[in-house]
Amino acid sequence: MNTFFKIFSKRLSLSVTICLLLTSPITYAEDDYTFKAGHSSLQKWLLPDVPPQPKNNPLTTEKISLGKKLFFDPRLSGDGNMSCATCHNPVFGWSDALPTAKGVKSKVLGRASPTVINSGFNEIQMWDGRKKSLEDQAMGPMEATVEMNMDTKKLFTWLNANEGYKKEFDKAFPGEKIDANTVKKAIASYERTIISNNSPFDKWVKGDKKAMTSQQINGFKLFVGKAKCAACHSEPNFTDSGFHNLGLKSWGNKNPDMGRYAQRPLGLMKGAFKTPTLRDIDRTAPYFHDGSATTLTEVVNHYSKGGEVKTNLSPSMEELNLSKKEIQAVVAFLHALSSPYVAVTLPELPR
Amino acid sequence: MNKLTTITAFTFLALSMQNANAAEHEVAQKNKSFTVKTLQINVGDVVSFPNQDPFFHNVFSLSAVKTFDLGSYKKGQTKKITFDKPGTIQVECAIHPKMQMTIEVK
Repeated sequence: MNTFFKIFSKRLSLSVTICLLLTSPITYAEDDYTFKAGHSSLQKWLLPDVPPQPKNNPLTTEKISLGKKLFFDPRLSGDGNMSCATCHNPVFGWSDALPTAKGVKSKVLGRASPTVINSGFNEIQMWDGRKKSLEDQAMGPMEATVEMNMDTKKLFTWLNANEGYKKEFDKAFPGEKIDANTVKKAIASYERTIISNNSPFDKWVKGDKKAMTSQQINGFKLFVGKAKCAACHSEPNFTDSGFHNLGLKSWGNKNPDMGRYAQRPLGLMKGAFKTPTLRDIDRTAPYFHDGSATTLTEVVNHYSKGGEVKTNLSPSMEELNLSKKEIQAVVAFLHALSSPYVAVTLPELPR
Repeated sequence: MNKLTTITAFTFLALSMQNANAAEHEVAQKNKSFTVKTLQINVGDVVSFPNQDPFFHNVFSLSAVKTFDLGSYKKGQTKKITFDKPGTIQVECAIHPKMQMTIEVK
């Protein structure tokens, strides 16, 4: 019997230890950093110039050139008036400045147009992660009847009859067909060249002491510390490619957008959406998957409150109670994440 | 009181004997990945999934052999599950879908 009680006592002790672990506060990475320009602890935030590519679609100049033409060509839509760039417009941070996208005949769609910037670094594509890669995603908007509404059979008949495109495809994919496989590889290749990795923050990380103001540096401290932004907007592309319910006001609607739950039917994923990058964030307003925040201050206020509708809230969301000064510092830091604007020269489209 | 203690002791003993041959394996969640990519275990074995990252993780499987959802939990917490049928189970983190591993139960 003594043995039994010894075992029982040991188990109880273990249970107490587990309980203590369960109640220990989550720690964040502020202490892992030295907030000095160029410090080695910051280097993990630097983003490479070229994103990874699938083995069957390495980047080539010819594919990028063809992909750019396809990206800007409205003839890839059913009405001949929408290109990829209609919703992913470089002048609006490769988005469209609308709360949610407008599709065929200006039909208002349910979710915001995500930026193309740095999408080559995403581990998964779309707000709900229903596409694995840029190649997997590329034909989607053309095929969607509410978006570009293109009859793809007609599209490939037309592309195969277009002398200009035939030459371009032959250069990019010698000996291969003009079909969905080569169209998506070309578009994905172009999208992998749309990179933001030269912001004031990047310059500061590389050692330029004057690249960020003291307020912005303080904002970064909050970003990885008290404000806990980096738990999801993690290095180096300010995203964990993960899914979270942020407790937006629209989550309280009668039939809310279930987000990731449609792909992964787990309670945790109800109302969860993919974490977007924050690079070039001051060019991509309005914010959130439903476009419900007009300014970055509104966004940070939302997080400070720990969300609006708190049912099925992401466990990473909590009341932060940031002061006005702290909110201003985080917003100032977010403005330091935009690279110099790169003017895009529109391509001459094949005839 | 003595009778109750004896019953409790026998119940505990019975449960301990039932799992006497079961091994416990650990698959940690660290740096947004599972520390073991493929794990081979026997029927009745237990696998624990400690979270070693400073943010929340989840562990679930929708595999036909074993469907489960351990919920989401933070650094320092561990959840475990017994695999009671043979087969191949794909384990994922719902929050971070790139986190995937396979358990082969023999």
